[in-house]
Amino acid sequence: MKLSYRIALILALVALSVWMLVPRTVKERRLVNGASTVVEVKRVPIKKGLDLQGGMHVALEVDESKGTVANKSDAIDRALKVVRNRVDQFGVSEPVVQKAGNDRIVVELPGIDDPDRARDLLQKSAYLEFQITDKTDALVRSLPKLDAAAKQLAPLMGTTAKASTTDAAGPGVTTSDKALTGLFGGDTSKKAATAGKDSTPNDTLALAGQGIFSRSIQRGDMPGEYYVPSSAYDQIAALITRPEIQAALPPRKVFRWSNDSVPIQGTTYRMLYVLDAEPMITGEAITDAKPQQDPTEGTVVTFTLSNEGGRVFKRQTSAHIKDYMAIVLDQLVMGRPPIIQGAISTRGQITMGRRDLQAAQDLALVLRAGALPVPLKVAEVRQVGATMGADSVHKGLMAGLLAVALVVVIMLVYYRFSGFLAVIGLALYVLYTLATLSGFDAVLTLPGLAGFVLSIGIAVDANVLIFERIREELDRGKTVRTAIDEGFRHAMPAIIDSNVSTMLTAAVLYQWGSGPVRGFAVTLIAGIAASMFTAIFVVRTLYLLWLQRKQGAAQTVSI
Amino acid sequence: MLRIFHDTHYDFIRWWKTAAILTAAFVIAGLGSLAIKGINYSIDFTGGTLMQLEFKQPPNVADIRAAVEASGVNNPEVQQFGSDREFTVRAQDHRDISSQGSGAESVAKEIENALVKKYGAGAFTVKRTEAVGPRVGSELRRGAALALGISFLVTLVYLAIRFEWRFGVAAVIATAHDVLTTLAFLKLMHLEVSLTVIAAILTVLGYSLNDTIIIFDRVREDLKKKRSEPLYDTLNRSINETLPRSVMTHATTFLATLALLLFAGEVIRPFAWVMVFGIVTGTFSSIYIAGPMLLWIERKWPRHGSTAHIPSAASDGQRLAREARGRAAPAAASVTPTKR
Repeated sequence: MKLSYRIALILALVALSVWMLVPRTVKERRLVNGASTVVEVKRVPIKKGLDLQGGMHVALEVDESKGTVANKSDAIDRALKVVRNRVDQFGVSEPVVQKAGNDRIVVELPGIDDPDRARDLLQKSAYLEFQITDKTDALVRSLPKLDAAAKQLAPLMGTTAKASTTDAAGPGVTTSDKALTGLFGGDTSKKAATAGKDSTPNDTLALAGQGIFSRSIQRGDMPGEYYVPSSAYDQIAALITRPEIQAALPPRKVFRWSNDSVPIQGTTYRMLYVLDAEPMITGEAITDAKPQQDPTEGTVVTFTLSNEGGRVFKRQTSAHIKDYMAIVLDQLVMGRPPIIQGAISTRGQITMGRRDLQAAQDLALVLRAGALPVPLKVAEVRQVGATMGADSVHKGLMAGLLAVALVVVIMLVYYRFSGFLAVIGLALYVLYTLATLSGFDAVLTLPGLAGFVLSIGIAVDANVLIFERIREELDRGKTVRTAIDEGFRHAMPAIIDSNVSTMLTAAVLYQWGSGPVRGFAVTLIAGIAASMFTAIFVVRTLYLLWLQRKQGAAQTVSI
Repeated sequence: MLRIFHDTHYDFIRWWKTAAILTAAFVIAGLGSLAIKGINYSIDFTGGTLMQLEFKQPPNVADIRAAVEASGVNNPEVQQFGSDREFTVRAQDHRDISSQGSGAESVAKEIENALVKKYGAGAFTVKRTEAVGPRVGSELRRGAALALGISFLVTLVYLAIRFEWRFGVAAVIATAHDVLTTLAFLKLMHLEVSLTVIAAILTVLGYSLNDTIIIFDRVREDLKKKRSEPLYDTLNRSINETLPRSVMTHATTFLATLALLLFAGEVIRPFAWVMVFGIVTGTFSSIYIAGPMLLWIERKWPRHGSTAHIPSAASDGQRLAREARGRAAPAAASVTPTKR
């Protein structure tokens, strides 16, 4: 490879690495105001593990102490849906909820250090209700009362809203969502009124009036459905939990949020429903639910009720034909409420229209989640306080800097000029490794950080091998140029074999390790790749550059 | 040019018996104690609860222990962790936990409540909680054993392909030796075997293997040159030739590890200790285990057509004496290599 190409490649990689590591505004799916939305966050794009940023890692498994569960994998799938819903209510940034193996759910909650609250929220079994949406316009009729009640609560609620923002933002993260600054004064109704024009054809008029409810809430597509801009979500959400506000609604009506949000012309709206408080039926009556593709009706979810449940449901549905039925799981409305077309006894189906099978599967899961509450127990908890995480990062950096300093001194003292080339290589090694971690979205954990510090010591090994070979070649009377060439050539098999075998060990660690140990393996692999490249390619190029500048007159080399 | 250990002619292999006795004594001492008392697994593997607490005022260890015991934990382990205000509490044996099959973290809550009762709310903060259910623990243990086993296998196969099976077996035996000495070291240092420590052991394994490969690479290279000398001498020369590299690399790695040990905090300290020891045992085994093992394997299963290189089946003592004499002559001939 020509020297200029080599230099170009190195510089290109440096530029790429720097670009990877520049703190930037990234769009992330995370939780704001309790709803998953895409927000912009500015940070150095290296993910820190829970042990470095503080937070909770919880593994849940099916509790079989009170009887065995037949199909554990399916039970976990249902529970996963419920757990995810509840985690969404936590309002932490970047939560992880995933199935691990066949019978376990892993939940990671950055920034949370209240195990009690987490346990309560994650372990209780799901509660499913079918409720009719309000068709009496209860909310509109009570608007003056609601606004008045909100006004009285205003001084109180201001602080609540503030508290929930800090909750949602998480440690070390700045959300660009400025929604909460203009509360109780900002004019959001205008924006909201013009917003919905094209996507919500029905009724996009802001409701008349001056209070917070009047300003923020607009009518939705169906009776009892309302749109709330996400900027006002926190405030409204805090308000409707207050008994004073609940009392302002007519009796036997309740507020329920949807789990969904819709973006309309750049503004995200949460759906708020007013429902009849008395459920038609609860999840215990449901025995099964399945997603299906129907050639004429598209995607449908069929469900089966117990005999007793069917009797109740038949009575209820025949009284509510052409009404909308909200499917409420853990007090959250799942999707858009479907319309009731006729009396249903033990078998019914929900037509999803053009929605895909995935949506039907999700809904079936929700229904089954209510059908069979799976008791979960905590199998594993690891919780690290945020200050301790920050402390670990600080100490790790200290150790890293010290390690770099010591290695640099040794290399410079022992190998002089060549040592200097190795130090340049080492600097690039650090840069490349961090960039690789960022590029692969790897998670940096405490053992990972330790592994990185350690790898700084090991990284110069390849250099040492090469330099010692060059020295040997020089001892044999070779010219500088040949000695360098031969040195690199002879050192190569040893470098490759030793690094590949270490990488294989790291791969095994990655495959069979868990959590922090995995982070360690990733760091190790990134480090080995980067150190091979810098030692073999970068330092070689630097030598070539040096030889070229000497224009073949290099009689000695400082090594 | 600054040089250390340049152009040395130490007869390393000659001391293999002494080395073997030393390492065997160490391993037997460590593993003996291990056999009696068992491996000191952390809660990662046994299941249980670990809490790290920071108190406002330095408390009395016995008081903490009493309070924790009162919450229903048998034999809690309370240890100072860093400063005199920080402590870890380990509870592996709770009176209720197995019978109720309750959640893994409820013990942590009980301990916290008991301590709040004793010291009052706000007198301490919980900096870290780890709670592992018994089933997860046994799974992690299986995973760790599997990881160790598979990494041995993978290494063996790789070395068999890149070198040949004799080298692979010798290198794997040397690394197995490192795992044994490291386990003995953990026991003698009263360190716990946690997930992080397993990661450290695997790193040591990789590091030691690295070292062995560097030496074997030299042997491979010299064997290709078809010098008619016993493998014994080839090995010794290879070790000597790679000595400057070994010293430099071990020095830099050791310093990085030292930085970790001193500055990276308590949580990572067991990891750093294992690494410190690993550098020592890795270096040792590359020379004194891998080398003699290769010799032994060569003698047992000689390479085809190269029997001339293999020392005769004479007793070790005689062979060593003869080879020591044989080596003295060429070494004397090149006693002062001139710098060119």
